[in-house]
Amino acid sequence: MYIVETCVSVQDVSKVFGEQKVLNKISLEIVNGEIFGLLGPSGAGKSTLVKQLAGLDNPTIGDNYVFQQKMPDLNLMKRIGYMAQADGLYEELSARENLEFFAKLYGLRGKRQFERIKEVMEVVALSDHVHKLVSNYSGGMKRRLSLAIALLHEPEMLILDEPTVGIDPVLRKSIWEAFYQLNKQGTTILVTTHVMDEAEKCDRLGLLRDGSLIAVGTPEELKGKSGSVSLEEVFLAYGGV
Amino acid sequence: MRILALAKRILQQLVRDKRTMALLIFAPILVLTMLHLVFNGDNYLPKIGFVEFPEAVTEQMDLSEVEIKTYEKGEIAKEELNARKIDAYLVFDQNSPSIILEGSDPSVNSAVIKWLQTKLTPMQGIAGGEEIDIHYLHGSSEMSSFDYFGPVLLGFFVFFFVFIIAGVSFIRERTTGTLERLLSTPIRKWEIVIGYVLGFGLFTMVQSTIIAWYAIYVLGMLMEGAFWHVLVIILFLAFTALTLGILISSFAQNELQMIQFIPIVVIPQIFFSGLFHLETISEWVS
Repeated sequence: MYIVETCVSVQDVSKVFGEQKVLNKISLEIVNGEIFGLLGPSGAGKSTLVKQLAGLDNPTIGDNYVFQQKMPDLNLMKRIGYMAQADGLYEELSARENLEFFAKLYGLRGKRQFERIKEVMEVVALSDHVHKLVSNYSGGMKRRLSLAIALLHEPEMLILDEPTVGIDPVLRKSIWEAFYQLNKQGTTILVTTHVMDEAEKCDRLGLLRDGSLIAVGTPEELKGKSGSVSLEEVFLAYGGV
Repeated sequence: MRILALAKRILQQLVRDKRTMALLIFAPILVLTMLHLVFNGDNYLPKIGFVEFPEAVTEQMDLSEVEIKTYEKGEIAKEELNARKIDAYLVFDQNSPSIILEGSDPSVNSAVIKWLQTKLTPMQGIAGGEEIDIHYLHGSSEMSSFDYFGPVLLGFFVFFFVFIIAGVSFIRERTTGTLERLLSTPIRKWEIVIGYVLGFGLFTMVQSTIIAWYAIYVLGMLMEGAFWHVLVIILFLAFTALTLGILISSFAQNELQMIQFIPIVVIPQIFFSGLFHLETISEWVS
């Protein structure tokens, strides 16, 4: 019998900042090996949720479980790759120095470190720019380097917060190809986006609005249920209630 | 109209930024209050020890405006002088008085000498009309103001720059998102702090060695004791500045707000740096 293993389990999670309720009783399961998309307008609470799953924040109420263990946990964080909305790069350093620094934090050393840096830079097609200072990188290159760092330690799950914001369509396509490649190798990918055509590329989607999860399903299921042709319509159909 | 619009916008921004508002008003008040406390305090009373002084002499002397301690032996007075419990001591040697000054603070030196000149000179008859011999335990009459201000500034600059650079670089970790990335790795929070202290500590060690070496050996700042003691003290000062900078940086959202902490956090340090006598500070503070 084929058992679908849960990778992420969000259990009745709420988050309150002062008076404002950012997440409202969210329950969600993400299974191993899928590309799960969190879709929602800005301010819906996508980043707040993924930050908790990356171990950067705690829920006010409820629990998050990643790999069947409660987050946050330093040992679990070794198995997760996180790429935030901000690039999070040291501009004074070269790409290689950035990669080496983060590789060491993940305990990669010597030959292994060298190989991994080479591999991830090939994945993001930056092999020719390894020695350049990050301050000389273009916006798209920084974004790709940021992704490369998230891939360094071969995480079992990738959490990507708006990975293709401000990136041109050609580059966006190549980045998504990299995601598919990783996914084929078994990496679970959680990606947030507010771009509809990107959402279509996910295996399953969660629709987030004003801190509430309004629908979960494959893009086709969601369209079918609401009788819509595009995801935009789906959103309007669910959100309009 | 456009000018007014601009002026209005600036006022709006200032009012919105409560921290700037508070600092514009609060920081000058704080600094002025400290200046007032330091400079408007009582006059400094020199503490003078009398060694084997004939009672006949002391009875005739005007002992106001000075604190007197009497000693039986010169060595005990010297020990107390070394421990800075007294500022100077008078010895009557073969009928001529001589004074030994502690000597590291020019303003104390002059206060003692002034007191001697006004109170002791009228009784020079006893001393046989001779001049008083003046000796220094540390320093000399040639000690310049630089020898007095220099060491304070040496420490102050190290404190100031380390505080600013550490604070700003930590803020940049936050604003550029690298701190978030750091926290998403298996690194522990205390490891980040220790790493910072180590990195900046090494840098400060080199920096303070060069500065202290230049001040002492090139500019000829008065130096007694071991050079490495100076380095150890500066290093501790730098660690204080570093950790304080990291702490303060968590209350600032950007570099400007870090700079705004200077009048609150850094300037008061001047008053505790040894430049001013905290003994003369207003009663209620001490």
